[in-house]
Amino acid sequence: MSDAWTHLRAHTSARIGLPRAGNAVTTREHLAFQMAHAQAQDAVHDALDVESFLAGLRRRDLPALAVRSVAHDRATYLKRPDLGRTLSDSGHALLQTLPPNPADLAIVIADGLSARAVKRHALALLDMLLPVLQQEQWTLAPIVVVEQGRVAIGDDIGAALNAAIVAVLIGERPGLSSPDSLGVYLTWAPRGGLTDGERNCISNIRPEGLSYGNAAARMMFLLTEARRRKLTGVMLKDETLALAVLPASS
Amino acid sequence: MFAIAAGGTQYRFDALKTLLAKASPLRAGDALAGVAAANATERVAAQMALADLPLKRFLTDAIIPYETDEVTRLIIDGHDAQAFSAVASLTVGEFRDWLLSEDAGTAALTALAPGLMPEMVAAVSKLCRNQDLIAIAAKCNVVTRFRGTLGLPGRLSARLQPNHPTDDSKGILASTIDGLLLGSGDAVIGINPASDSPERCHELLSLLDDLRQRLEVPTQTCVLTHVTTAIGLMERGAPVDLVFQSIGGTEALNRSFAVDLATLRESHDAARSLKRGTVGDNVMYFETGQGSALSANAHHGCDQQTLEARAYAVARVFAPLLVNTVVGLIGPEYLRDGKEIIRAGLEDHFCGKLLGLPMGCDVCYTNHAAADQDDMDTLLTLLTAAGVTYIMGVPGADDVMLNYQSTSFHDLLYARTLFDRKPAPEFEAWLVRMGLADAHGRMRDESGRDESGRTKSLPAPFAALLKS
Repeated sequence: MSDAWTHLRAHTSARIGLPRAGNAVTTREHLAFQMAHAQAQDAVHDALDVESFLAGLRRRDLPALAVRSVAHDRATYLKRPDLGRTLSDSGHALLQTLPPNPADLAIVIADGLSARAVKRHALALLDMLLPVLQQEQWTLAPIVVVEQGRVAIGDDIGAALNAAIVAVLIGERPGLSSPDSLGVYLTWAPRGGLTDGERNCISNIRPEGLSYGNAAARMMFLLTEARRRKLTGVMLKDETLALAVLPASS
Repeated sequence: MFAIAAGGTQYRFDALKTLLAKASPLRAGDALAGVAAANATERVAAQMALADLPLKRFLTDAIIPYETDEVTRLIIDGHDAQAFSAVASLTVGEFRDWLLSEDAGTAALTALAPGLMPEMVAAVSKLCRNQDLIAIAAKCNVVTRFRGTLGLPGRLSARLQPNHPTDDSKGILASTIDGLLLGSGDAVIGINPASDSPERCHELLSLLDDLRQRLEVPTQTCVLTHVTTAIGLMERGAPVDLVFQSIGGTEALNRSFAVDLATLRESHDAARSLKRGTVGDNVMYFETGQGSALSANAHHGCDQQTLEARAYAVARVFAPLLVNTVVGLIGPEYLRDGKEIIRAGLEDHFCGKLLGLPMGCDVCYTNHAAADQDDMDTLLTLLTAAGVTYIMGVPGADDVMLNYQSTSFHDLLYARTLFDRKPAPEFEAWLVRMGLADAHGRMRDESGRDESGRTKSLPAPFAALLKS
């Protein structure tokens, strides 16, 4: 069906020009919405298949290990963000067993609010990023995969790994049209007690949003600047505003 | 210290803020903050103790110290003792009974508003069932004006919210046209910009102002950027109708939003001096929401609903055109599910209206909360019954920029039709003039196909907008 709305829809993914049934939308549109919401809800409750994810990292010859937050299940995780930010005792103990070599960068991969985003996009993003890091001679700590994790859990992990910067790759809160959006948070000198104002965020990483290549390029820019200026957060963001407002489709 | 014996147990509450918090109906954010009642019995015991508390007590017992919080100073210094005298002898429980009585009519409630402190209305809300929150709010009437008249009896307005993930001009126009064709936008056409760049905000303001003038829509436009950005844009001559700001009920929370009362005053003066309103000069637009204070670690051990009411005390000194609670955006750690979101939406509307605000509500939820469209239908229906001033209008209820679900243009038509509510009168006349509504106010169907199966084209003035 081609009508005036077809032309308008080229400019936005918003649900415009919906056919009406009385004041409501038609059954077809109603159910399309319900399906999108069901997918977003399921994305929140999906578990990360840690074993197969670790296998993917090992296939790339990347040392990796898995830990958990103290939020023991999804219901607790949703209710208690503080618990999702706290590394479990066994996780702490596991990190203690690693050699305490300093690293330029620790990469932490957390399920966050969409394990689906991690499953679909985290390895693909690393495949774009790691060759560049290697080329520029960044030393990497072992990759840490976190179940029931929030962004700030990376602070404890980065500190335990003696890393100058921590990059947390995490599943973002699913939108109705984007159940699998990956976010990246970069934090200089990770340690307890930091606020979100001391981080830089790259959002909406998925093929329909910010591409892997563009996300990796933006990460490299911020990582390089963070290392040079020894900071992340608002101060860094201000100077990269032009990059920050790049359209998600670019 | 507050004490009460109930059910064979003696309950003690060390401070007024503790009493308020423990009397608050259960919600996730108060549990997360560690201020909620330990169990259901303690909650009702706190409500009983609160019911016996004289309203006058709030005049002398500040829940956040006067010396260290400018919101407390604003509340206490601005209190209208004469207006308060009508209820000065009552306890909180007697106040609820009075509010429900026929003595508390629209005129009495309007006269009382400046005499009420936010903690008083928060307290009485905690003793109210949902039906009380609806019945009492429905008696309030708050009218504000800019290019249209909002809040008149029998009216329901909407903010048209045409957000776009990259602020694409044509994408924003497409959503705006869709909303106008469905009768949305009489409260404001307001964009949440994806970019904080002042240049881009200026462009978006010009885009909306141009659309408004070309279509001669009797409404106001807004780009919801930080108040300091708006001040800068006004200095540069940008077409700013309304100044937007997120606000909260403590000085520390407002500082986390990088705003204080002095900055709000400055922006209010600047926007009024532009004299862009045609039927009135209410120039401020505020958004609030339960849980923001805890989220910013600025809650002082108070419950989230009481602090939300204190945000309205900040709002009311600036005579805003619009105030809305973004009730379900904050997430399940503050409002866990549909039941908590519905209750909070009704409380916020009730408290705002009693304090004399043009209260709207973003009836909304995120995908990690245990809520769905059915819960939103329930809250929308209840709020319309309660006389909510305005709701949001988002294409298909799906905000593709903020990634949450609000009310759709179609939801607005449902609520207006079911309760026989009209848009603002100026906007209602415009809809008829443009041929978008029939003489009975019913919105024509511009989507899909006409009776003979032909695809419809946009009405000419709207199609023309997209050509340039």
